[in-house]
Amino acid sequence: MSIELKNITKQFGGVSAVNDVSFTVADGQLVALLGPSGCGKTTVLRMISGLEAPTAGEIFVRGKRVNDVPVQKRNIGFVFQGYALFKSMSVADNIAFGLKIKKWTKADRDARVAELIALLGLKDLENRFPHQLSGGQRQRVALARALAPKPDVLLLDEPFAAVDAKIRQELREMLVNLHHELNVTTIFVTHDQEEAMEVSNRIVIFDKGRLAQIGTPREVYEEPASEFVARFIGVMNVLDCEVHEGVARYGELEFPTHGVTDGQRLRIGFRPYAVQVSNDLTAHRHFAVLRHTYFLGVLLRLELELPSGLIIRARMSKEEYTRLNLTEGREVSLQIRQYRVLSREGETLPPEVSVTHSLSLSPGEGI
Amino acid sequence: MAGIPKRQISAGHRKSQRGTEESPFVKWLLITVALLFSLVFLLLPLVNVFAQAFAKGFTVYWDALKHPNTLSAMKLTLLVTVICVPLNVLFGLAAAWAITKFEFRGKSLLITLIDLPFSVSPVVAGLMFVVLFGLQGFFGEWLADREIRIIFAVPGIALATLFVTFPFVARELIPIMQAAGSDQEQSALTLGANGWQTFWYVTLPSVKMGLLYGTILCIARCVGEFGAVSVVSGHITGKTDTVPLHVEKLYNEYQGAAAFAVASILALGALLTLGLKTWLEWREAKLEELAQQAEQATTQ
Repeated sequence: MSIELKNITKQFGGVSAVNDVSFTVADGQLVALLGPSGCGKTTVLRMISGLEAPTAGEIFVRGKRVNDVPVQKRNIGFVFQGYALFKSMSVADNIAFGLKIKKWTKADRDARVAELIALLGLKDLENRFPHQLSGGQRQRVALARALAPKPDVLLLDEPFAAVDAKIRQELREMLVNLHHELNVTTIFVTHDQEEAMEVSNRIVIFDKGRLAQIGTPREVYEEPASEFVARFIGVMNVLDCEVHEGVARYGELEFPTHGVTDGQRLRIGFRPYAVQVSNDLTAHRHFAVLRHTYFLGVLLRLELELPSGLIIRARMSKEEYTRLNLTEGREVSLQIRQYRVLSREGETLPPEVSVTHSLSLSPGEGI
Repeated sequence: MAGIPKRQISAGHRKSQRGTEESPFVKWLLITVALLFSLVFLLLPLVNVFAQAFAKGFTVYWDALKHPNTLSAMKLTLLVTVICVPLNVLFGLAAAWAITKFEFRGKSLLITLIDLPFSVSPVVAGLMFVVLFGLQGFFGEWLADREIRIIFAVPGIALATLFVTFPFVARELIPIMQAAGSDQEQSALTLGANGWQTFWYVTLPSVKMGLLYGTILCIARCVGEFGAVSVVSGHITGKTDTVPLHVEKLYNEYQGAAAFAVASILALGALLTLGLKTWLEWREAKLEELAQQAEQATTQ
């Protein structure tokens, strides 16, 4: 079930919510539409479902244009952010609703409901009403209801936003397992980059109604197409540099780059993992003081203050932190092994220009 | 739905003697005042209606009820109710749907208009119809030429009643439908349901209780309306007298016992309505409680 959006634009009362968006989703993929709130991702999902009609552009499903196909005929399963279960129906009746509408026989309906109850771990809850269920249970009922009529596409709007952290983790894993088992093309909306990275095999990132980047979680993390993506996905140190003698500089830091002229301003970004830290002050060229350590679990985030007062963020494992015998206030040496030019003179670069520069690991070389 | 807040109130009540609670004196004073007031101003007159009705014995009571003029008034009242209630249920549903599910120009005007019959005196409402359809009225000549009688006839009474009972169903439904939003309907659409199926299986069941309350209140008002109907009816005994008008007429003609006898039917109707409404509320609370018990039983 491949889905294709071609130059989709949606305006609400003259305001563009979605602006000239095009992308394709291949059969059986699990895709996240990611972006901050108000970026148009939910509107895109609703247009794929048929709940909203695009102002301009075309939507194709398996090569067939569906712009004029009403929501009822698109054979989609939709899970709403607030679950939207039918309050006056039991769990079993909720799941069977789509089947009843599609005129399945009673025996077929019962069999399918039993199948989904088992699949989603809803046993013994068949006769409960929505208000008697926990948040996680409601979400599973909503999923079961959407999946019951065997939809071609499963669409989920912020599926895990309304449950607490522990249940959210369980539901994420459940969605991945379900997708693995049923292999139904799935598109979900989220504002949580971590969730998108963990669950999906492709991420479509939106920024203010426009497409910012499409790629695998690894691609968008390691090769962000813009400063927006770089900052939105994971943590990024971003520096506003100026070119002197062919090298972009920020204080004492230097970033050799191609094709730049003196006096030009660049934005350079690097991930915390690209910052190499040593307790041996002769190991690297730059010095810094460890100002603060955040314990994130297996990994630690370090805040390092350079002599100029610039603070950069680095990341290391707990083991390495212990091995290096680091403590807050201690002086260290560092080098930045990998960085990217994010933009030039305030202009966002196309992805092919914004390449990653990697340095060899030998100390002192390059910088 | 109504069950949960109620339980919370009673739970709070059990935990008495807290710092924030009033002293026993204030508590009992307030209870006494409230009870006394209801007794004197609500219950006593009601009891009096029945006492007066039977003051001259059961025969007089029965004769008053089976008098042809009384029967005709009852028939007319029933007819008007049967006409007005379904129309107002339909209108109420349509208006509540339009107001809660769509955004459109003039929405706040529509909301104000729905409330109009509540704020306008029924007499004024009746007069409006006289001005429109009476012989000297706006459409008077046109109607007279075609020998259509609206004022001082059944259509006028039905119109006036329709106007006065306009808001009951809509007012009951709007908050419920506003709270429910349109997510459930959208879910139904994504599952393949058409508009009618969505309304029938999803919207209607979720507003069922509100619709019932609204309908009951609407019936009660249809049966009991006096002011607006009085203006347009013309008081033709045995023809355009509704039950409340007939009661007034009997009373003015010094037939006190007969007037109270007929009034007792209205009072009985009101009591039945109240009873029905209370029973519905009780049943809903009971179902809720049973469901919660079932839930506790399965989770334990």
